[in-house]
Amino acid sequence: MARMLNIALPKGRLGDNVYDMFEKAGFECPSIREKNRKLVFENKEAGVRYFWVKPSDVAIYVERGAADIGVVGKDILMESKPDVYELLDLGTGKCRLAVAAPEGFEDDPEQTLRVATKFTNMTRQFYASTGRDIDIIHLNGSIELAPILGLSDVIVDLVETGKTLKDNHLEVTQIIDYISARLIANKSSFKFQNKQIEKILAALTRELENREETN
Amino acid sequence: MIIEGADLNNREKAMFALRALYSSHGFSLYRMSKFEEFDLYARNRDFMDSASIITFTDTDGMLMALKPDVTLSVVKNNRHIGNNIRKVYYCENIYRVSPKTHYFKEIMQTGLECLGRIDDACICEVLLMAAESLDVLSDSAVLDISNLDILSQIITSCDVSGEVEEQITKCIGEKNLHGLLRICAENGIAGQKRELLKKLITLYGDPEEVIAELEEVLQKYSEDMDEEARIVYNESIRKLKMIVKAFEGTGLEDMLNIDFSVVSDLKYYNGIIFKGFVEGVPDGVLSGGQYDKLMDNMNRNSRAIGFAVYMDALGKLSKFDGEEVVIRG
Repeated sequence: MARMLNIALPKGRLGDNVYDMFEKAGFECPSIREKNRKLVFENKEAGVRYFWVKPSDVAIYVERGAADIGVVGKDILMESKPDVYELLDLGTGKCRLAVAAPEGFEDDPEQTLRVATKFTNMTRQFYASTGRDIDIIHLNGSIELAPILGLSDVIVDLVETGKTLKDNHLEVTQIIDYISARLIANKSSFKFQNKQIEKILAALTRELENREETN
Repeated sequence: MIIEGADLNNREKAMFALRALYSSHGFSLYRMSKFEEFDLYARNRDFMDSASIITFTDTDGMLMALKPDVTLSVVKNNRHIGNNIRKVYYCENIYRVSPKTHYFKEIMQTGLECLGRIDDACICEVLLMAAESLDVLSDSAVLDISNLDILSQIITSCDVSGEVEEQITKCIGEKNLHGLLRICAENGIAGQKRELLKKLITLYGDPEEVIAELEEVLQKYSEDMDEEARIVYNESIRKLKMIVKAFEGTGLEDMLNIDFSVVSDLKYYNGIIFKGFVEGVPDGVLSGGQYDKLMDNMNRNSRAIGFAVYMDALGKLSKFDGEEVVIRG
């Protein structure tokens, strides 16, 4: 009998949306809906074991084989470059990775540009491709605060609706990339749990097609 | 002299088992210094990222490196092979930056290299040695093989920049179909080229089924291909079939899969490439392939194929629990 497939889901709204997709695709686990502090949920009949982890840790769990598959934002894949298969764009959690600056900001190319971000690798890569000299300021949260307090000239961050930027008198000046949630798989698990992973991949692909048809 | 190996740990037992396997098949032990002139890596910086190498200055002022790789040294030290085949194996510690922790790491590695007039028989022998190595290490293993010439030919026919080539290769390696389709749309790659690239991602598994499906697709588009492409595809499939045939009756055939997501740098590797996995270990434990292009880059008038087994990745190697090792000398 095939062993249970370990699935790492990101805690929070994205994880809830993604679990709905797994459930509709036929891989439900009712206990996950119970209000408690459990982190691991199993459905032996469906052969799946879900666990909630911090969104930025999903790729590590999958790369290291603690999870066979998982769901993670493309931003995290681009930033940490884990050695995993990226099997499907789930089309949810959509946003943009963008440069934002105070309204009316004009970049002075004679000055080093101070950029606050938590995506240091992608930011370095983006500005290296444009040849712009920058000083990266790594922050872990409230990135929008940095230009307001004069800590940085601009920020690189995820922008969903743009409301937080607008409320803080910031505006998007450049889009670096479009982001959404991706289904990833551990490379070794893909070989040894292939039938189960292919089954989930096919079911989620069908579920996505159904959604597109409905919309 | 007989040494009882009761105090050996499982990794050491596995190392001895692999050494015995390679020497019993006519491979000779290749010993090398831990140090190499840094210049070798600087000249082949695409093959080996020189930033990930530990360097030091020798007593005569020459910049040296703690060896981060075995293949380049083997090629460097085997200049005049002529029409012969040089078959060597090695058990060495190498030093490089771990891609996961970003710290320097000492990595125990064993493997083999064949240099010279590499023919079909030699390719099959190395593939079988790779499969036998996996069989020594675990009762449940997979050897994924690919023919890089197919991807190389499709990319050449797409006529795109080096940057786009790299993006396509990355998507194939990640089985990233949605990313590939986006690159195709952005770069005007359509029709048979797009369909063939898609197939390289979606085809996986049983060699005979994969080959049959690939042949079917190639047949469908054969009228749109030029003669050169047709020859490359036919030859690539012939080689894959040859390997499948070589595995028949060995007891190792169930281990073999075709997976075109096994990719390597197109500037150095060509033809058959492969990767080995054992159940319970999250990373590939064996990696290898033909590297005729590296031989060309180093002005060697011969061909080469080899593989490495990453002993550190192997975990507990429970297959060796309680196994006795006797070393005779």
